[in-house]
Amino acid sequence: MSFWRLFKRNRSAVLGLVILLLIVFMAATAHLFFPEDPFRLVGKSMSPPGENGFLLGSDSLGRDVASGIAHGAKTSLLIGLMATFVAVGFGTIMGGLAGYYGGRIDDLLMRVTEMFQTIPSFIFAILLVAIMKPSIESIVIAIAVVSWPAVARLVRGEFLSLKTREFVQACHTLGMSDIRIIMGEILPNCLSPIIVIGSLMVATAILIESGLAFLGLGDPNIMSWGFQIGAGRTLLRSAWWVCTFPGIAILITVLAINLVGEGLNDALNPRLRERT
Amino acid sequence: MSAPLLEIRDLHVALPAGSERPYAVQGVDLDLAPNEILCIVGESGSGKSLMSRSIMGLLPKPHVRVSQGSIRFGDEDLVTVSDARLRQIRGSDIAMIFQEPMTALNPVMTIGDQIDEVFRFHAKMRRKERQERALSLLDDVHIPDPKATMSAYPHELSGGQRQRAMIAMALALDPKIIIADEPTTALDVTAQAQILKLIKEMQEAHNTGVLFITHDFGVVADIADRVAVMQGGIMVEAGTAAEVLNNPQHPYTQNLIESVPSLTPRPPRVQAAEPVLQIENLTKTFRSGGGLLGFGAKERIVHAAKDVTLELRKGETLGIVGESGSGKSTVARCIVRLVDAEEGKILLNGTDLRPLGRAEMRPYRARIQMVFQDPFASLNPRTKVGKIIAQGPMIQGVPKAEAQERTRELLSIVGLDERAYDRYPHEFSGGQRQRIGIARALALNPDVLVADEPVSALDVSIQAQILELLDEIRERMTLSMIFITHDLRVAAQVCDRLAVMRSGVVVETGPTAEIFRDPQHEYTRALLGAVPGKEWRAG
Amino acid sequence: MSRTARRLRYVFKRLLQALPIVLAIVIVNFFLLHMAEGDAVDVLAGEAGSATPEYMAELRAKFGLDQPLPVQLLVYLKNVFSFDLGYSFRHEMPVLDLVLDRFWPTLLLMVSTILLAVGFGIVLGLLAATGLNTWRDTLISIFALVTYATPLFWVGLMFIVIFALNLGWFPTSGMKNVAAFNDTWSWANIKDVAHHLVLPTITLSLFYLALYTRLMRASMLEQAGMDYVTTARAKGLTENRIMFVHVLRNALLPVVTMAGVQVGALIGGSVIVESVFAWPGLGMLAFEALFSRDLNLLLGIFLLSALLVVAVNLVVDIIYSSLDPRIEVG
Repeated sequence: MSFWRLFKRNRSAVLGLVILLLIVFMAATAHLFFPEDPFRLVGKSMSPPGENGFLLGSDSLGRDVASGIAHGAKTSLLIGLMATFVAVGFGTIMGGLAGYYGGRIDDLLMRVTEMFQTIPSFIFAILLVAIMKPSIESIVIAIAVVSWPAVARLVRGEFLSLKTREFVQACHTLGMSDIRIIMGEILPNCLSPIIVIGSLMVATAILIESGLAFLGLGDPNIMSWGFQIGAGRTLLRSAWWVCTFPGIAILITVLAINLVGEGLNDALNPRLRERT
Repeated sequence: MSAPLLEIRDLHVALPAGSERPYAVQGVDLDLAPNEILCIVGESGSGKSLMSRSIMGLLPKPHVRVSQGSIRFGDEDLVTVSDARLRQIRGSDIAMIFQEPMTALNPVMTIGDQIDEVFRFHAKMRRKERQERALSLLDDVHIPDPKATMSAYPHELSGGQRQRAMIAMALALDPKIIIADEPTTALDVTAQAQILKLIKEMQEAHNTGVLFITHDFGVVADIADRVAVMQGGIMVEAGTAAEVLNNPQHPYTQNLIESVPSLTPRPPRVQAAEPVLQIENLTKTFRSGGGLLGFGAKERIVHAAKDVTLELRKGETLGIVGESGSGKSTVARCIVRLVDAEEGKILLNGTDLRPLGRAEMRPYRARIQMVFQDPFASLNPRTKVGKIIAQGPMIQGVPKAEAQERTRELLSIVGLDERAYDRYPHEFSGGQRQRIGIARALALNPDVLVADEPVSALDVSIQAQILELLDEIRERMTLSMIFITHDLRVAAQVCDRLAVMRSGVVVETGPTAEIFRDPQHEYTRALLGAVPGKEWRAG
Repeated sequence: MSRTARRLRYVFKRLLQALPIVLAIVIVNFFLLHMAEGDAVDVLAGEAGSATPEYMAELRAKFGLDQPLPVQLLVYLKNVFSFDLGYSFRHEMPVLDLVLDRFWPTLLLMVSTILLAVGFGIVLGLLAATGLNTWRDTLISIFALVTYATPLFWVGLMFIVIFALNLGWFPTSGMKNVAAFNDTWSWANIKDVAHHLVLPTITLSLFYLALYTRLMRASMLEQAGMDYVTTARAKGLTENRIMFVHVLRNALLPVVTMAGVQVGALIGGSVIVESVFAWPGLGMLAFEALFSRDLNLLLGIFLLSALLVVAVNLVVDIIYSSLDPRIEVG
């Protein structure tokens, strides 16, 4: 397939994809390698990495850092994907309608996205989670609420430019219905940028989630990397490993997703230009 | 002939590996004498532009480079000369004018500063002196208000004025050679005529050698002393303007010149008197700015169509001609109901289409169809050709099998292989895509075809084929056609009657032959007077 | 009309356009307040330990909380526009006083961060673009890629471990040494604050530095392919003149725009950085408010930070309009 050929040309993107697949594998097999609840106290507290049977050490309560990282991967990926899914879906619908119909809907959407550009989105996310009480759902909703305007702006721009293209006008002269023009003619032609922004958004969502969890706004029943770092920050002087390793996990995951996103961008966009 | 200014010998410009052909320019020999205008003519992809850039060392390095040959200028070879020396030559000895003055000028720098740079880098002059020189240059190129233009930014000038400023910049240090790369292609025909006149005037005043790149034989006829014709990177013919234009030797040149439409209108055809489409007092205004959030900013009002009244008779082709901004395209879009006109009537066989809603309009859609300008933008890149053509009839309720059969039939009518059915648009050339667009319009068996500049994006040889095809199908399917164009040569060959538009107003209508013979309105006269090469192929 | 006059009008117009956005933010604020479970009276009652239902109803009437929603909204709007942001029961102080008190440290952090991130971002992007595909470009690009993926709070913690705890170069937290606690503008005080400012500023600016570096590099490369660059070359200008006069100014435009867009995100980031370094600004206050569930205070911070964004955006707009003559000022 020509897409894969183009993607393959970007070697760092392939590297990112391999790392991402490893992280997905780690998340999927967390319960096999670390069958214990990651919140459970399983051994001697404050063990440095490699001692007392802890690969990456343990924290002040004797929780296994490695187990937390494996289980936290699941949380990060899940929240990242769900929030992106909601944001991209909602943003595409709003941006598409505003771009296609223009007029009042468009005015309204532009004002709303302008407002979202003005309010500090992370504080807004904090507020939303704080008001809704921390849980997976509230975190996903909060991230999606602060993320969708970016998608909406992008899709609106694409729709605005595509709807004046002659091939879309030709469909109007054939008497084609709006819904068919939107779904069959315009949307397929702006899928590439949507896929790219979506993939990069997963990375941002993971960063926001870890930030929320770090501030103590994570779902209290689910292990996450941000929570591990937040809980370990008081031990900075005595147990550096508690904060360090989960941070590296976030770094590598986000980096891998960004690499894949850039690879997608390189692979999808020149072709779009070449074809149109 | 005096010693040449520039001697190009066996020039090869290599393209990167994997390109369509190994060389953009292959084995070109060319001399440019002082005080002459040498036109390089060719269609898109002929290598004429890259050749001109190789002289200045402006090839997109490192992918495209001169791989062989020499370009002698004085006693130096521009291919091997050092970068520092090349920089000295650029701007002072050899200057260049580009096609699109909007993008060729730095958008965030004033015209004065951009001209000033040439002096600063090549000549030791005081600031005051430099400014005076720049002012007198702008005056030389007949810019209305040189003082104001000095401190203006490019976006504040009109297209023609920008190109004048560009020419002033090129002339700054009185260069021996000016290379002009399609300098009038982006301009309207009246502005083009003025710029051509200006280039000729400047060339004569300064004894400059001008290398003029163009695709338009009309322009060649107006301006060239000598002509070189390029095809696929190879120079196929060169000679004096009179020789090449009137007695071309190479078959390619013959074909190109043959394809240039004649300015003599074709003989009028027998006309039916009954109208198919009547447009009465059509008015469309575009507004922007102003409003509640404009805060006192002036509302911009553009009268794209003002009280336009037209009549299309059965079986005829009505041409709407005008320059950019004349509103001709808006009228076309109002007729096919892509744009809603605010006043007037669009009577198709007596039914007014203007007030119809979407659903009411649908059955009438099949009666009026449109062919678009840009063959690359008018086909959905993600839809197969067969579906693009067949979906029209299917929307109108034709069964799938029948629509498919009709599509295959249409593909052969417009001269395409039946295998095109399962291919994507990007696999076709511009001309072939335009054929697909025509087939899509014909699939609904329309009474009226509205063609909006259908050939202006195509090379001249392809253009002739598409015009022929349109003529043929009009006869065959008894179509009536509205043909929008800016090109009076095309209009002369295609249209039975003409309507001339300017700033949203129809200034003159009448049979094509009459308008060409005896234009009534001064604007029509100006338009006709500005057609390039009118003495050459007037008839 | 002269260019200056047109620009002034443009700025005024942008100011007016910001008003509806501010109004919308206030309204969002009000509804967030209402989404939260319990009202100020519940909080008060909770504080007091016990309160009779009659007393609570009386309090509600006193605060206007028994009124219909639109009336409450109007009252809220009136309060906000008369600079009354409510009362923080935790701190036993009006929210406005609390918030204003913490405003200056945040502004200081923001300004130093923006200067550092935009300044270095432009320089690094320029270096990368001018040395395209050399080791310099590769190194800068990798640096940008990695910092772009690093969570702020983690960098902050790592900086504390390395530069504060192990090397002892910088203080771990706070804005001033407790011993030298006074508010005078003495040289020693300024130096002390600057010393405390280093780590938070670097931490907060890293992510944005990466962003602007990448943007600047891409923007330079895009502009370098434009027609006017060919014109400049045809005029015989040197490559340096082309890069630093023609390309640079055009390439700066998207970076300046982005600098404005990112101010909101920057304030969000300051919540994390301030809480990591105990920098006594709005972010730190937000972190405290979060823990004590002081919603009134949180909303006040939210409102003020939004206003800060509006103000910074206005400054960015003015800078932009002086860089780009094409800006529609008419």
